[in-house]
Amino acid sequence: MRSERGHRAPRALSLAAIAGLLFLHVPLLLIFLYAFTTEEKSYQFPPPGLTLKWFGAAWERQDIWNALWLSVKVASIATAIALVLGTCAAAAVSRARFFGHDYISLLFILPIALPGIITGIALRSAFNIMDFDFSFWTIVLGHATFCIVVVYNNALARFRRTAGSLIEASMDLGADGFQTFRYVVLPNIGSALLAGGMLAFALSFDEVIVTTFTAGQQSTLPIWMLTELIRPRQRPVTNVVAIFVIAVTFIPILFAYYLTRDGEHVAGGGK
Amino acid sequence: MTSAVSFQHVSRHFGPVRAVDDVVLDIAPGEFFAMLGPSGSGKTTCLRLVAGFEQPTSGHIEIFGETAEGLPPYRRNVNTVFQDYALFPHMNILDNVAYGLMVKGMPRRTRETKARDALDLVELKGFEARRPSQLSGGQRQRVALARALVNEPKVLLLDEPLGALDLKLREQMQVELKTLQRNLGITFVFVTHDQSEALSMADRVAIFNNGKIVQVGAPKDIYERPRTRFVADFVGSSNVLPPDFTQRTGGPGKWVSLRPEKITIAAGGMKPGSHAVEATVTSVHYQGAVTRVNTEAAGQAIAVSAPSSFGAVNIGDIVTLQWPADAFHAMEDEA
Repeated sequence: MRSERGHRAPRALSLAAIAGLLFLHVPLLLIFLYAFTTEEKSYQFPPPGLTLKWFGAAWERQDIWNALWLSVKVASIATAIALVLGTCAAAAVSRARFFGHDYISLLFILPIALPGIITGIALRSAFNIMDFDFSFWTIVLGHATFCIVVVYNNALARFRRTAGSLIEASMDLGADGFQTFRYVVLPNIGSALLAGGMLAFALSFDEVIVTTFTAGQQSTLPIWMLTELIRPRQRPVTNVVAIFVIAVTFIPILFAYYLTRDGEHVAGGGK
Repeated sequence: MTSAVSFQHVSRHFGPVRAVDDVVLDIAPGEFFAMLGPSGSGKTTCLRLVAGFEQPTSGHIEIFGETAEGLPPYRRNVNTVFQDYALFPHMNILDNVAYGLMVKGMPRRTRETKARDALDLVELKGFEARRPSQLSGGQRQRVALARALVNEPKVLLLDEPLGALDLKLREQMQVELKTLQRNLGITFVFVTHDQSEALSMADRVAIFNNGKIVQVGAPKDIYERPRTRFVADFVGSSNVLPPDFTQRTGGPGKWVSLRPEKITIAAGGMKPGSHAVEATVTSVHYQGAVTRVNTEAAGQAIAVSAPSSFGAVNIGDIVTLQWPADAFHAMEDEA
């Protein structure tokens, strides 16, 4: 939005903004740079030379493929669980008015506000008590806790902007519950769900803390990167993977941003 | 004859709140019926009971002889025009109107033809491809009407359908709704808090207060012979006069309603005789054809609606108010 008086921000403010952006993004650029360095043991600046061989080396490493595949599986399933449960929860909270309504809503959001380490410890002890073996599924459950929040928040915002009378109108016109969901509810919350799902996927894909507490022997891609940093062999391979992770998480987040932005014009247009 | 809608001792309670309280009502087929009352009086809940969005706590509802309670909204041959129109924002106008036919499984070609006919009926030809957000309030109202009527309901329910429109559009829609209803012969049940809307459109009006029906009748009956003080007060700002006042002016010694337009106003002091009173002008409101003069007579406020041609009065003038002997309408005490 443009201010009414002038289009230009004061110079000091512009400088501060530029400095802030540099601070945020220069380290990212360094990650990119070191993916091409010829030096493999330490991060030496400037790089003694540039090469593309680490991309080939990364491609050859089976452990990377295993970690990547595990991360994709975990993120997909956690997102799927979150989509179903998050939508149901949002639908219930947005429609019903009951005692303790606001507290329930708060309880849903809490997992994302809590430090990951608390969530991790809590889940680990819970799994222990229940005699769960730490496996693929414990990682999925751990990730689902915060994925649900993201979906829930997105869906709730959309439900609130969607007039409740739309559902009644659909029923009134002869549609049963299933038809109403398919033809009216889903089209109205669809883009919000897609946005929430993408954010959830991105969150799960680069999650470290909860994963360390809930994983058994498996390592997801972020965990793999963490262990890789400790041993100084083929370090630039880690950077190659980092570039890949940036791409995988950045693209969905960008999409989600555009989807929810356009959504403002879609929902609530009935009034 | 079977009633279009029949309420048999219907109550709907929300916890301790008696939203609808022992309502007995029969609406005849083809009738244009208005439910009139202040907000929270139970009229909208009655409408929702017919639509199926609410179930009665006790009592029995029939729609054309069929038991309604227990039936979900989508199994009732009744359609609703919602207060906020509730058009589907993600569909164009044609799909909105064809929705009811679509969910019933009617083939695309047939249902689109019918939807076009319905849009034609409400004079919205050429708007098929637009989105609801691209339409004005009045146009959305027509779409909502077409969307309901295309299903050929036995009863059309309208929940404050003109509430969101500006005055001129509202008056135009009143005429159109009435014409439409007469031509289609469908029973219309219309909820409103606007008494002039109810009186001008409906064949019969039910006045609601505190979940109960206070009076049912033709608009003229209700306007001229209000049963209680509430009705007199709510329907067209009548003068509601207490027993002692009416006794002094030759009345029945009961609460009475005295319509402002039945009073004639004359300059100067009291002439002898009953059905007349001396009063002081407290304010004058010119309203075009008529002028509303508020007066005070022995501590009792009395409003007069006089033709604007009667001559000027000013605030503070002493005037004489007179009315015919039969102008007093005695009312029951409030239950």
